[in-house]
Amino acid sequence: METTVVETGTEGKVWGGGNRPLKASYGKMMMWFFIVSDALTFSGFLASYGFSRFKFIDSWPIADEVFTHVPFVHGNFPMYYVAFMTFILIFSSVTMVLAVDAGHQMKKIKVILYMFLTIIGGLIFVGSQAWEWKTFIKGDYGAVETNGGRILQFVDTDGNRVALADIAGESTQREAHTRSNGIWYETDEETLSTYTLDDIKAGFAANDNLLIRTQYLTEDGEKTVLSREESIAKLNSDGKLIVEGANLIRNEYGSPLFADFFFFITGFHGFHVFSGVVINIIIFFNVIIGTYERRGHYEMVEKVGLYWHFVDLVWVFVFTFFYLV
Amino acid sequence: MGHEHKLEIFRGLLKFKSNVSKIWGVFIVLSIVTIIEVALGIYKPAFLVEGRFLAMKYLNWIFIILTLFKAYYITWDFMHMRDETKGLRRAVVWTAVFLICYLVLIVLLEGDYIYEVYKNNHIKFNF
Repeated sequence: METTVVETGTEGKVWGGGNRPLKASYGKMMMWFFIVSDALTFSGFLASYGFSRFKFIDSWPIADEVFTHVPFVHGNFPMYYVAFMTFILIFSSVTMVLAVDAGHQMKKIKVILYMFLTIIGGLIFVGSQAWEWKTFIKGDYGAVETNGGRILQFVDTDGNRVALADIAGESTQREAHTRSNGIWYETDEETLSTYTLDDIKAGFAANDNLLIRTQYLTEDGEKTVLSREESIAKLNSDGKLIVEGANLIRNEYGSPLFADFFFFITGFHGFHVFSGVVINIIIFFNVIIGTYERRGHYEMVEKVGLYWHFVDLVWVFVFTFFYLV
Repeated sequence: MGHEHKLEIFRGLLKFKSNVSKIWGVFIVLSIVTIIEVALGIYKPAFLVEGRFLAMKYLNWIFIILTLFKAYYITWDFMHMRDETKGLRRAVVWTAVFLICYLVLIVLLEGDYIYEVYKNNHIKFNF
């Protein structure tokens, strides 16, 4: 390279060119600036989540009551699975930084091993997130939506949640119209709920132990539970439709915005993890075929490492603002 | 290219012999902080939930401070910000911190204002 560059006599001077005040390569610096812009994107999402939450501060769902499941285990375990996901991601960050360190020492075998572990960690995380989405979409106890778009949930007198299936007797819900049933002139209609509103109303009236829990928070940060008379009146006057699970429009856990932000923020983060895994796999194979060995340095590993750590960094914030605060 | 690493964390309180041992040290620090967060999130001690500072529960302040603590160590030690020049460090960190603080401040104030309007005025939730 040296032989092709014309010397100007100003090398090393600040404005003379060839001076690198930040002492970082072009690629690494641009990765840093990309990370800044991506960090601003994520903070935009999290700030708008904060906006909606402050707007509905007295009726926002309590995350501990929403995310209570652990795969293969029945019961109520708030937060455990998310904590596990956080550990997986931090640990894959550790193996990534170990790969970078091994790259500095030009130890190819170690780089391969640590990159491999990082990819596995990333895959476990994405898989866990998919499972988390599935559980969230499927729903838990079910709820009734009011005319005003608010959610009514059911509890017994001890304050334990009660599922729709335990309230209603035999379901009187009709069959869904489908084109395959010969109703050729109609498009398939929306999914019907398992029970009709009248099933729930009848079941609710028949069981004196049942109460209604509204979206609104009391002074102590618990959801407000109505008295028996208020509950019956509320359900009969305001109840409009049954909600099971969550999508972008309806959400049995509370405000639909909560579900929207959940899908959007964890989805965007999950997409980052996914693309991080793909980039890691590409670099992993480059390491195996010896590209960086021939190049004389493993800076590419360092650059994808920066991206991977950034994904971990974002998760730390998502974890706090979605699940803890 | 030399790859010198600064091997101290907590302002020199903890010194490590090699970069690898520093990485494991930081991992242990981050794990402890995460365990504290999860434990507080599950048990929610009453005195932390009741007390408030600047209209926010003590518990939430603790979560946010611990999060920033974790973010610092991820950036400084995993992303090697500690070893970059002052210029690069400031270009990245100051820009992001300033813009994020500004955005969060105006957006949260506006959210709180709308909440007050719904609560105290005749305009009610209707969409």
